[in-house]
Amino acid sequence: MEKKKTMVKDIDRTIYDIKDKVHPSYEVKEGLTPEIVEEISKTKNDPKWMHDFRLKSLEIYNNLKVPDWGPSLDGLNMNDIVTYIRPDTPMRGNWAQVPDDIKNTFERLGIPEAERKSLAGVGAQYDSEVVYHNVREEVRRQGVVYTDMESAIRDPQYGSMVRDHFMKLVPPTDHKFAALHGAVWSGGSFVYVPPHVKVEIPLQSYFRLNAPGAGQFEHTLIILGEGADLHFIEGCSAPKYNVANLHAGCVELYVAKNAHLRYSTIENWSKNMYNLNTKRALVEEGGNMEWVSGSFGSHVSYLYPMSILNGENSRMEFTGITFAGKGQNLDTGAKVVHAAPHTYSDISTKSISKDGGTCTYRSSVVILPQAYGCKSSVNCESLMLDDRSRSDTIPVMDIQNDDVDVGHEAKIGRISDDAIFYLMSRGMSEEDARAMIVTGFAEPIAKELPVEYAVEMNNLIKLEMEGAIG
Amino acid sequence: MGNFPRQRCIQMLLEIKNLKVSVDGNTILHGLNLNVGKGETHVLMGPNGAGKSTLVNTIMGHPEYKVDEGSIIFDGKDITHLPANERAKAGLFLSFQNPEEVPGVTLENFMRTSRMAITGKPVKLFAYKKELKEKMAELNMNDGYAERYLNVGFSGGEKKKSEILQMLMLNPKLAILDETDSGLDVDAVKIVSQGINQYKNKDNSLLIITHSAKILESLKVDYVHVLVDGKIVKTGGSELVGEIGRNGFQKIAAAAV
Repeated sequence: MEKKKTMVKDIDRTIYDIKDKVHPSYEVKEGLTPEIVEEISKTKNDPKWMHDFRLKSLEIYNNLKVPDWGPSLDGLNMNDIVTYIRPDTPMRGNWAQVPDDIKNTFERLGIPEAERKSLAGVGAQYDSEVVYHNVREEVRRQGVVYTDMESAIRDPQYGSMVRDHFMKLVPPTDHKFAALHGAVWSGGSFVYVPPHVKVEIPLQSYFRLNAPGAGQFEHTLIILGEGADLHFIEGCSAPKYNVANLHAGCVELYVAKNAHLRYSTIENWSKNMYNLNTKRALVEEGGNMEWVSGSFGSHVSYLYPMSILNGENSRMEFTGITFAGKGQNLDTGAKVVHAAPHTYSDISTKSISKDGGTCTYRSSVVILPQAYGCKSSVNCESLMLDDRSRSDTIPVMDIQNDDVDVGHEAKIGRISDDAIFYLMSRGMSEEDARAMIVTGFAEPIAKELPVEYAVEMNNLIKLEMEGAIG
Repeated sequence: MGNFPRQRCIQMLLEIKNLKVSVDGNTILHGLNLNVGKGETHVLMGPNGAGKSTLVNTIMGHPEYKVDEGSIIFDGKDITHLPANERAKAGLFLSFQNPEEVPGVTLENFMRTSRMAITGKPVKLFAYKKELKEKMAELNMNDGYAERYLNVGFSGGEKKKSEILQMLMLNPKLAILDETDSGLDVDAVKIVSQGINQYKNKDNSLLIITHSAKILESLKVDYVHVLVDGKIVKTGGSELVGEIGRNGFQKIAAAAV
């Protein structure tokens, strides 16, 4: 029998790829100058501290180098990127008031339906501004605040809380794109959960970048009071254009004593996107931070959610999956700093590369001298679907005391012909057999995702594996 | 050889003619003939390295085994160059000696997908689950195995039981058992034998590869073939099993030349 190689097509991105013919009400010129930053600040009616913060960030940006240790960013030219695009609608609390084009986009992505069925609140951002934000009344009554960042900054009650936390975990000096974010950030969500409040069902923010050659710089700030409990879901997508788009969001998570935060993401950007996102959590005594992260799209990604275990007995678990196809170079992983005794971290990642795609797993585990009695476990598995694809593993460990229990395991594999034959002998086509093995490989991650996202992820994998069928 | 004269006119299910097979350029099977009729039970014995696993993998369509000459006809259809899944759909089943582990795919999900692929029809979930549960009970398999990932962490015995379970759930026209009894304790051999007996009826057929007479005790064996150096050197009735036990393969092979 002649052995045929499966033709594996790219993801059918139809529902993500529909481009809206929306005329923004306002946008700045492409490029990055003090004038543009001033203009963004003015149009957003920033308080003075934010205005100054933006200009300071721009200065830092101009003095920092583009990172040269990861995938190439040569295709990204800041002079071509439009950093601020305001959709032609104010923020609404009711989908009926959102303009049809924009509403239809979110309908196709299933957001309003998910809100009705299984979410406690939803925020939806379109290009640079949030167009919809709503939270269920019973959750509001618990004292939970879930709103767009712009409203939060100006809020008489929470404005100072925002100011105390904004880019304190991820300072603009952190790296060039954090500085860029500080200068031109727009949109995003603010969440505050008061002490001992448990939000029973998840909140979700969805970020959609529609405009070609644009950047999205949303800021997510979540503050949990002592003993609070929240599951927050973040979704991202964009249609494909022939010009580079940029996403440089920033996520800052404050997990107080004994609080529990679960942060789930599926980033499904189009393959012209540079995704240079920064996410960081500060976890206090007895706090628990759980990350679930799926990276599917983008041309280039740099993404390493970081947890600082600042209080004794705090813990974090990171579960992630990355899928790189043709023309994609996804550099993903996680970082953790054990800064207190008896802290625990578990990083478990999977990556799949195909059709010339590159996945790099990069992680850093730091255990400080005072952090005795810590436990850390790192486990990464890669699956390469053909000989042209690439998978690298770069785990860094910096252990500064002896009283620790640290484990690391890395596996790189291919789909064996014998496994394919076994499944085919049970009636499955070669394509279905491959898809079943890849879906099975991703199953431990799918199990951790909210069900709609698990279904979406499995569909993405199946579509990717389907080849000539249909 | 192989074409042992039959007492009555029987319809052929599997007809292998002059099969020459190589792996990585090394010829393993040197012109093998074998006929299995509908309703018959055949046993294939032979020393290690004789080509038994090559034969069954070739019948099932493993791409690594290259058919250089000859043909395989199954149920009147030439399957020599069909992919494995088409052979499965035609009614062939192979119980693997070392079935692969597939993490993330539950046994139940796998078997349901398999049945849908083979029958081409949707599977009614409730009835299917009930049937699965009954068949697992008959094989003395814990319910929990349905929810476990396929063969992952299964003991040798559980893997073999899982193969027999799949055979029962798929109900093929011809089941090939590649050393399904090897590595099993006495009780497990008995349970697997029961499973095989439950599968067998007057219309379907079995081709059993084994090193042991134990599993054959409770089966009605029609033909026994001795495979040595890539050829069937002798075919007989069930009495041949005893002869092999007494004299060994080499003596039989020498006598046959």
